Amino acid sequence: MEIQISDRLAKKFRRNLIERGIEFLLLLAAMSAVFTTIAIVCILLYESYTFFEHVSLRDFLTDTQWTPLFADAHYGIMPLVSGTVTTAAIALAFAIPVGTIGAIYLSEFASHRVRETVKPILELLEGVPTIVFGYFALLLVTPLLQKLIPGLPTFNMLGPGIVIGIMVIPYIASVSEDAMRAVPMSMREGSYAMGATRFQTAIRVVTPAAISGIIAAYILAISRAVGETMVVAIAAGQQPNLTFNPMDSAATITAYIVQVAMGDLPHGSIGYQSIFAAGLVLMLMTLFFNLLGHFTRKKFREAY
Amino acid sequence: MNTEASTLKDLDAVRSMIKRHKLNDYIFGAVGLSFIMLILLTLLVLFIDLIIDGYPKLMSWDFFTSFPSRRAASAGLLSALVGSALVMIITFVSAVPMGVAAAIYLEEYAKKNWLSEVIEVNVTNLAAVPSIIYGLLALGLFVYILDFGTSILTAGLTLGLLILPVVIVATREAIRGIPVAIREAAYAVGATKWQVVSQHVVRYATGGILTGVIIGMARAIGETAPVITIGALTFIAFLPPSPVTTSAPFLNFDWLWSGFTVLPIQMFSWLSRPGADFHVNAAAAGAVIIVVTLLMNGIAIRMRYNIRKKIKWQ
Repeated sequence: MEIQISDRLAKKFRRNLIERGIEFLLLLAAMSAVFTTIAIVCILLYESYTFFEHVSLRDFLTDTQWTPLFADAHYGIMPLVSGTVTTAAIALAFAIPVGTIGAIYLSEFASHRVRETVKPILELLEGVPTIVFGYFALLLVTPLLQKLIPGLPTFNMLGPGIVIGIMVIPYIASVSEDAMRAVPMSMREGSYAMGATRFQTAIRVVTPAAISGIIAAYILAISRAVGETMVVAIAAGQQPNLTFNPMDSAATITAYIVQVAMGDLPHGSIGYQSIFAAGLVLMLMTLFFNLLGHFTRKKFREAY
Repeated sequence: MNTEASTLKDLDAVRSMIKRHKLNDYIFGAVGLSFIMLILLTLLVLFIDLIIDGYPKLMSWDFFTSFPSRRAASAGLLSALVGSALVMIITFVSAVPMGVAAAIYLEEYAKKNWLSEVIEVNVTNLAAVPSIIYGLLALGLFVYILDFGTSILTAGLTLGLLILPVVIVATREAIRGIPVAIREAAYAVGATKWQVVSQHVVRYATGGILTGVIIGMARAIGETAPVITIGALTFIAFLPPSPVTTSAPFLNFDWLWSGFTVLPIQMFSWLSRPGADFHVNAAAAGAVIIVVTLLMNGIAIRMRYNIRKKIKWQ
């Protein structure tokens, strides 16, 4: 009898031990996300730190030239930032109106059948690799633009900007539509009962109610456009250029990183470190937008 | 008489207002539909153009069985196809078990405290980090600190980290869809927490988990920037050592350390050459990438759709 009890206790003990072990392993796996973030921050800060031992922060922020690979090296990040901001701005000027109107149409106007057909296609398009869009920007959109605008160089910011816009439209449309669908039917019915038309209901009731989700979609799209690499690396040129003119060729932060990585820079050289400093700036820019998106969603969230 | 006239006038005003508003409705509907159609058509035209451009190459079997070459006519995709397949093995092995385990922890085990809050914020944030930043992480960590070099292992791990948030988010969503009653039933017959999770919750959530895994893998196949950043843009006209050998122990892990190229890198290298003949190769490679990723995403979206429609627990 006694043996039986201790036997059962031992079994239970072993079982609890295994359960604890498994829980610990699962926790470790979940912590991998935290470790990845820490690793990204540490690597960027560490390499940038050595970079900033050579380059003063003042030069970095105020110099108007970025030529780390030349004999006469300048380390002003602004030309790369201007390229990044310009291409992203072109993309969003194009994508936000089209994406939003598309989302309002899909959510409030489209028939059930149209919506059920278009929505999966939009989700499908979100998965198209960006390198393919780079091909379009270089070999289709830019030649077309050159016919419309004579004198447009082969590498320019307009073409890639538009293509990035086309790329993020499905994303904006799909996420905004989700937000609008989440607005309860009773609100629409209330509006219709007051005699409002579909258009009035969509603009004055549904859109304001879903605004937190819609703005979050915009901000994530901004973050995507800023971090987009292949399209600009292929079609915007590789020459850092302090300009906001879409017709000019210019390099973005991401394009510069790709350009350096394609070459054969020795580990530990200033050129090698410069891509981490550029990456740090990119990371801070996207982090800013991500946090902004997070707080917008929290602040404007309406609970129904 | 006078009041009657003004009533009629008012009525006319109301009618014209209704008419105007209906017109607005109609106009907006038309504009919205044409915008959606315009975007879908533009993308369709782009894809068709890509396939037409690459058509001569796509139709020749040699394109898939020969190595890259300095002559556009004889250059092929072989090393890129093999490289992509091998890199995907590493990505799958590193991202899927880890991602599923992390999601299980967050959904089933995590208590509501600061630690789980920190993990959640990190997962959301990592999903929005630009892919090239993962490339910089890999360049600093895998290539130099851990000294893996520009190898299949480095590329696979990099892409594994990249799709980890995708797998975690999809798995969590799938697990959340399993009703509490299932868990309670399993507990009621004496199962431990891990038995409940592994034999019931995860098993019923497999479909949803799989969609997330497929979407993540499709993203990894098309991802270019992080792989370039680790220094993979080189001329590769050889295959890595075969993972399977004819003699015991039949497995060979030398391929992990081998140099490699993948489909999008090969496309980029052809695209960045001047001269239209290499652009044909780039178009063909692009068509292959698009077909593979659209097919995978299509299957996943279809699966998710079916899961949402068919299985209703309550």
